[in-house]
This record gives sequence, structure tokens and C-alpha cells, in this order.
Amino acid sequence: MSLLTQIGVYFLLMKRAFSQPEKFSILYRQTMREIEKTGINSFPIVVVISLFVGAVITIQTNFNIENPLLPKYLVGVTVRDSLLLEFSSTMVALILAGKVGSSIASELGMMRITEQIDALEVMGVNSASYLILPKVIAAVLFFPILCLLSIMVGIAGGYFSCVLADIIPPSEYIYGIQYAFYPYYIGYALTKMVFYAIIITSVSSYFGYYVKGGAVEVGKSSTRAVVQSSILILLANLILTRTILQ
Amino acid sequence: MIEVKNLFKSYDGEFVLNDVSARFEQGKCNLIIGRSGSGKTVLLKSIAGLIEVDEGEIWYDDQKFSHLNTTSRQKIRKEMGVLFQGAALFDSLTVEENVLFPLDMFTGQQRKEKLDRANFCLERVKVTGSNDLFPAELSGGMKKRVAIARAITLNPRYLLCDEPNSGLDPETGIVIDNLISSLTEEFNMTTIVNSHDMNSVLEIGDNVIFIYKGCKCWEGSRKEILQTDNEALNNFVFATNMAKQIKN
Ligand SMILES: Nc1ncnc2c1ncn2[C@@H]1O[C@H](COP(=O)(O)OP(=O)(O)OP(=O)(O)O)[C@@H](O)[C@H]1O
Ligand SMILES: [Mg+2]
Repeated sequence: MSLLTQIGVYFLLMKRAFSQPEKFSILYRQTMREIEKTGINSFPIVVVISLFVGAVITIQTNFNIENPLLPKYLVGVTVRDSLLLEFSSTMVALILAGKVGSSIASELGMMRITEQIDALEVMGVNSASYLILPKVIAAVLFFPILCLLSIMVGIAGGYFSCVLADIIPPSEYIYGIQYAFYPYYIGYALTKMVFYAIIITSVSSYFGYYVKGGAVEVGKSSTRAVVQSSILILLANLILTRTILQ
Repeated sequence: MIEVKNLFKSYDGEFVLNDVSARFEQGKCNLIIGRSGSGKTVLLKSIAGLIEVDEGEIWYDDQKFSHLNTTSRQKIRKEMGVLFQGAALFDSLTVEENVLFPLDMFTGQQRKEKLDRANFCLERVKVTGSNDLFPAELSGGMKKRVAIARAITLNPRYLLCDEPNSGLDPETGIVIDNLISSLTEEFNMTTIVNSHDMNSVLEIGDNVIFIYKGCKCWEGSRKEILQTDNEALNNFVFATNMAKQIKN
């Protein structure tokens, strides 16, 4: 399929996915299931990664600020801004693309090749809406929470490294975290995360939904889902940064 | 009544359906028989609209299904029960949830009512006490039977079954055949069953269509099938030694 056809098919699928659901009670139930499956289960990985990255940024920034004229609290500022501007949204989204994207693509792909999607269709269920919409909604609701979580845990990680490894005095670090803080950055991070949530879930769903063949193709489509959504995340990052941060 | 007119379907230049026309009457068990690979599944899936045919028309009563859009097809499909050759149970749901699924989706009944209906259907296919198992924990034949239960929960007007009794022992197979046949009569459904099992043909085949290499090459009732002089059909019907001996 040419790229243009693929894009067309993707948007047609999304149009079906975003049409009115059969029953709102079922949409609600499915969305809750998805929140548990994709959102809550992503907690541990986001916590672990953010904790370590927060600590590492602290150590590295301190290592790079050798000039005694620069105040030590700049380490705190750097940690906070790196997390807010890039790590907790874009990097976490890339990690989630790997975790959530591949699982969505293989789940739908498996349902396709075992005819479960056909079974939905012949019952008169709009399979795109039933399967894809809850995933998108769940991610849009929950990924921003993961982003906030990552910011907080990352900052805590930096703090722990200050305390445990004696990088800079913890009070300087805390002062830095609060110094020249634009709440607006949080809005920026969350906005990006909403876009990433849509990209990851919809692109992975597209790749899973149209699998043809067998187990090998399911594997391939899940790889493709991760690669394509990662590329789109980076592209969206560029565009959003250019438009939001003027 | 379901009617197909001049269906053609080819994959990579090879005809899988070659000018197939047939009429499937309401209240009767219509059987499609043929050798493995003859195109039965493709025909049944085309009738359900899961495979787009290259040419031809498919009619559900007075509606030209093949030319409807997805939304209008959905309306007809809500009155359709389909059993897939591979059962196609939802593997993230338990047996009970699978059978409840159409009820949850399309009715506003109370939970108790829905559960009663689901259990009733499961009893009719003789699957009891497995409500909380997942499809992966069932035997092949049980999956088939649960899938039949799911297909009949909403008393469909059209019932399409792809090899309902393959993978079942002869005894259970006949139970399923009879179930399909009695439901068909009871609810005056239009039933189409794919089969390559002569037992079911002789048991329930009110109207039998023989597909050979993608062409419809014989049509008749189960009584006529034993007297046919169609060679391909004869080979199919009297394939086993036992059948040959009975014939001679
Ligand atoms: N998606 C497809 N792509 C290419 N060829 C296909 C496809 N689906 C079916 N065929 C071909 O169509 C022919 C008929 O297949 P079909 O599944 O209808 O057989 P069948 O009569 O149901 O056989 P069985 O009794 O074994 O289920 C086969 O030769 C098969 O190779
Ligand atoms: Mg078949």
C-alpha cells in the first residue's frame, strides 16, 4: 500500500472509531478496563525510569557546572525544566509507545487473525468503535497523569541523589526547583502528552486492526506500530514545540 | 430468505467462487457441502459480507445486502447469528461473558434476565458448569458449542454456520445438528450450514447445495442426493468404504 493510501485508510478507520458508540455503558466499562490495562499497569515503568533519570540529570548537571560563579541551585532548575519540557512528555511517550503501542497492535492483530473482529462485525457491532475508541479515551485521560507522575518522581529522584550522594545541598536543590518556575510549562507538557496519547493508540490500533496473515504478521505489525508512532511523536514534538513555545 | 446471484470471487486470478447462484429458503436448513478447499467458507463469508465479492448480488429478503453501506449492513447483521469455522470466541472474555455479549450490546434487559438467557443457550448446546472458563481452557468442540450458543442468543433471523460439528464426536455432532434444525423450525430462521459431513447432510439437509471447485454443481434435497448420477457428488457422498458398500 502506498503511503497516501495508508493515511487514507487510517483516517477512515478513525472516522469509524469515533462514530457514536452502540451503548455508553459499554464504552464506559471498556474505557475503565483500558485505563487499568494501559494506564495503571504503566505506573511502575514510568516511576522507575523517571526516578533514575531525575537522579542522573542531577549528577550530570552538577558535573557540568564547574564554574564556581554559577550558583549550585541551577542544578535544580535544570532538572525541573528538562523533565517538564522534554523528558516527562516526549521521552515517557516514547517509552509508552513501546509498551502500550506494541500491546495494542498485537492484541488487535491477534483478534483480527482469529476472526474475533469479524465476529464483532457480523453481530452488527462497530468493531472499530468498540475496540479502538476506549483505548484512545483511556490514554487521553491517563497519559497526562503519567506525565505528572513522571515529573514528580523525577524531581524526587534528583532530590534523593542530592541527599544520598551528596551532589549539592538539598536545600539548594529545592530552591532551584522553585526558582523562576513557569506553571505554563506544565500545561505545555500535558498538551503534548494528549497529542502523544492519540498518536500512540490510534496508530497502533491501525496497524493491529489491518493485520493479514498469521503470527509472524502480528509480530511485524506490532514492531511497525512502535516505530511509526515513535517517529510521529518526534514529529509532533517538533511541531507542537514550535507552535506552543513561542 | 437469502439469495445470492452470480457470485464471482477470485484470489490471484484463480476463481474461488465461479458464478454461484442459490436461494436459501426461510424455515429450512440449507446445507452447502463440498470438499475441503472448494470454497464453502469463502461463500459463507461473502454472504455475511466479510469478503467483498468481485461480482454478483446478495439479497436478504427484499434488501440488496451487497450494495448497502456499512451502517445499513449493521442493521441486518443484528439479526444475524454467525458461527465461524474457528469458533472466534472473544478470548479475553469467559464463556458466560461471550454468550452475554450480544445481550449486553443490544438489549436493555436486567442482568438476571440476561444471565438466564445465556445459561439457557449454553444448556441447549450442552455446555454447563464451564461458565467461568476462558476460551483457551476449553476443548475444540466446546469452543464450537459455546460459539453456537453465542450465535443464537438473540434468536437471529438468519443463522450462518461454518462446519458446526467438525471436531465433535458423532453423538454430539448430531445433537448440534438437531439443535440447529429445531431452532430453524421453531423460529422460522433462514439457516445456512457449511458441512462436509454426510451425517449432517442426511440428518438435516432440507436443501443441499454441492460446491465443486467454486462452482455450484448440484442442488437438491437429502433424499435425492443418494440417487444422483453427478460424478463429483457421487465421489463425495460415497467416499468411504462403508458408504460404498451400503450403496452396492
Ligand atoms: N484470503 C485468501 N487469499 C487467497 N486464497 C484464499 C483466501 N481465502 C481462501 N482462499 C482459497 O479459496 C479456496 C477455498 O477456500 P475455503 O476456505 O472457502 O474452503 P472450504 O471449502 O471452506 O474448505 P474447508 O472445508 O477445508 O474449510 C482455497 O483454495 C483457498 O486457498
Ligand atoms: Mg471452510
